[in-house]
Amino acid sequence: MNSTVTLTEPVQPSQSALQHIIYVMRENPVTLVSFMMLAVLVVIAVAGHWLAPFDPLASDSSAVLQPPSTTHWFGTDNVGRDVFSRVLVATRLDLQISVMAVSLSFVIGSLLGAVAGYWGGWLDVCLSRILDTIMAFPLFVLAMGIVAALGNTVENIIYATAIINIPFYARLIRAEVNIRRDSGFAVSARLSGNSEIRVLAFHVFPNTLPPVMVQLSLNLGWAILNAAGLSFIGLGVRPPTPEWGIMVAEGSQYIVSGEWWMAVFPGLALMFAVFTFNLLGDGLRDIVDPRTRK
Amino acid sequence: MLKITNLAVSFNTRNGTVTAVRDISLDVAAGQKVGIVGESGSGKSVTAFSIMRLLDDGGQNDAGTIHYQDINLLQCSEQEMRDIRGREISMVFQNPRAALNPIRKVGYQIEDVLRRHSRSTRQSARRHAIEALSAVKINDPQAVYGRYPFELSGGMCQRVVIAIALACDPRLLIADEPTTGLDITTQKVVMELIDELITERQMSAILITHDLALAAQYCDHIVVMKDGEIVESGDSVTLFATPQHAYTRKLVNATPRTGASLRDLLPSPSDAKTSQLTNKVTSLAPARPAPLLEVNNLVKTFTTASGVVNAVKDVSFTIHRNESVGLVGESGSGKSTTSSLLMRLDHCSSGQILFEGRNLLDVTTKQFAKDPRRASLQMVFQDAGDSLNPRHTAEMLIVEPIARLTNMNRKEKKARVSELAQMVGLPEALLTRYQHQLSGGQKARVGIARAIALNPKLLILDEPTAALDVSIQAIVLNLLHDLRAELDMSYLFVSHDLRVVELMCDNVMVMRHGEIIERGSAKQVLQQPQHPYTRELLAAVPQSPELQYGPNTSNRAVL
Repeated sequence: MNSTVTLTEPVQPSQSALQHIIYVMRENPVTLVSFMMLAVLVVIAVAGHWLAPFDPLASDSSAVLQPPSTTHWFGTDNVGRDVFSRVLVATRLDLQISVMAVSLSFVIGSLLGAVAGYWGGWLDVCLSRILDTIMAFPLFVLAMGIVAALGNTVENIIYATAIINIPFYARLIRAEVNIRRDSGFAVSARLSGNSEIRVLAFHVFPNTLPPVMVQLSLNLGWAILNAAGLSFIGLGVRPPTPEWGIMVAEGSQYIVSGEWWMAVFPGLALMFAVFTFNLLGDGLRDIVDPRTRK
Repeated sequence: MLKITNLAVSFNTRNGTVTAVRDISLDVAAGQKVGIVGESGSGKSVTAFSIMRLLDDGGQNDAGTIHYQDINLLQCSEQEMRDIRGREISMVFQNPRAALNPIRKVGYQIEDVLRRHSRSTRQSARRHAIEALSAVKINDPQAVYGRYPFELSGGMCQRVVIAIALACDPRLLIADEPTTGLDITTQKVVMELIDELITERQMSAILITHDLALAAQYCDHIVVMKDGEIVESGDSVTLFATPQHAYTRKLVNATPRTGASLRDLLPSPSDAKTSQLTNKVTSLAPARPAPLLEVNNLVKTFTTASGVVNAVKDVSFTIHRNESVGLVGESGSGKSTTSSLLMRLDHCSSGQILFEGRNLLDVTTKQFAKDPRRASLQMVFQDAGDSLNPRHTAEMLIVEPIARLTNMNRKEKKARVSELAQMVGLPEALLTRYQHQLSGGQKARVGIARAIALNPKLLILDEPTAALDVSIQAIVLNLLHDLRAELDMSYLFVSHDLRVVELMCDNVMVMRHGEIIERGSAKQVLQQPQHPYTRELLAAVPQSPELQYGPNTSNRAVL
């Protein structure tokens, strides 16, 4: 029988996942830069405590409000703590807050969005209206309210940031699931004996990931800004814990009198982190999307 | 009028520079209709886009010239090209819905072209647009003027696209697969409209198509392209009657036609092993009178915002064991709804489906996913690309039904996938690929391997070769035919292509507006149609006398 079905098309070697990542990086230098920036952030987050030249909490009354120098690269603050050490150590906390908040909103948002998009009907109507209601609030004010009501802890900042981000994921995934629920591959998955839940979880949902990756990465940046904002206005992380938002808040009082380094350096760190995540999005999408593979 | 000399086009891609077109020379005289024929990837569209200077960013003209009258199109500035496009050279695209702006009334879209080329003023634009619409024989052009593309049928949209293309009286029309995706009767109407308008206005035309019969019927001169090169050209009568190049012969051979058997479509019909198989298949072909599937009074009604739609009205038929039944109809005839009802993908409103004498409707559609009979009823989809999960490799795709509906262990599953890949002729090296890394024919094979993975008793084939090139179609049809004999399956072959149905099926049902209007043996229905609609369908199939009997089959035609 094979004589009738001989295949004349050439067989080319396929690409491995690693080769694909290397290709994405090489093709788009911005992605490469953003991944390098992310690597820097991760190394600092993990090893910040050992890298810091001074104890971030130790005050030194003999070296108060000193400008940047070779000993204190970023200067010292109003109680003589080394700003450089504090910026380094703060990285872990800020990244923790944003990664956890974003993961939480991604998981809950995907669940709600996938269910609403797949089954539709009254379930979709109810969920969508609830999410619309959340989106109708000024989101930062809502986050402030949640933290103020639940109490001033790191966990509550994470919950507040997660809650205000859920509607964005739910909406995006709802739309992506909706256009794919009756696609050819979903129908053939049903023919293969998959139950509806399996079709959704293993066939439709994974195909929605590429656009979600862009959202995820942008959101990490916003989450850091949000957490820093909450700390800045005094809700959230409490001093003397090193955290970029608090440090900017504390430093802001000294800018007028000329001690700019207290606010500027944690601000730059914040900017660096947010910028990294914003750049990361497209590259992350290309890596997750199997269709960009050769 | 148009003169292409030694044109070469290449694209910069991820895998380096790919030459799409090399050393092409082509002349189009005034009033001449030239057909460019070739399979996908042959460079025929690239040639057309080069003439219009509409190549993607990655594409570049490496060599050659394109002269339109005395203008060298490749040297024109973008500004000059904008004046030429639409006024001198126009193009009709494959998918009319994609070519029209979905949020603009079609009348305005015609006005845009007229006003761009200063053919109308603001005052006269409306009148001219309506004239353009009536020129393409749209009834009630006043009403169509104010419609949006989504409110029009595919055929109507294509007429609007033609109206836009011809609004400024261009001298040359390039039609890139203008009727692919349209129903066969619509195809006939659209092609005849284009033909008539071109003759009436003494224009030249380039028709790009994969359909040899269509090109033969409507063009004076044919150019056959393969892998970016012109392999043969000549006037349409002699070219197809006495093809010189091996590739043209292969194409002519692979085109389904009256009087040719399924094996005739393959490049080497004299292959000893094949002919042996042909005998084996023919001896198995008569269906045994044991009914496998009985459908009685099947009804499906949808309730939509605009009222109740009767998609399937009181349909009854029987499919016997090892029988292949063709279901023919145009879009909207209810053939796809019928197949999804049989597959238990959708609830039917009323009626009875008996499978091996047992009521198939005794479990709900939801529970049917886990029903043991699920394995017996499988389907091959029209668009293999769309039906394959883009995140799964070929192996994951084929193993899916086995993993869900059997209890095989890892090793057994792997062995079964290899066995299936061999049965459908898919090299094992391709099993690790994702669907976008496979060619059309390879994707079709993956789809077939998945469908037969559980040895189904009834396989519904929903236009399984509609998206394939004609030579690949010939191979896939033969493969399906062999598999039916080997695995003792029954087929319900859903298609709009009457020639293919004639080759593949014992019996045929013709469906229209949710009803079966004619049924009988394939020979009887397709050679002595009783119902006027069946006759209309048959008349719409592009016919060219030369293609009726392919070059190698003249002796068979007597039979």
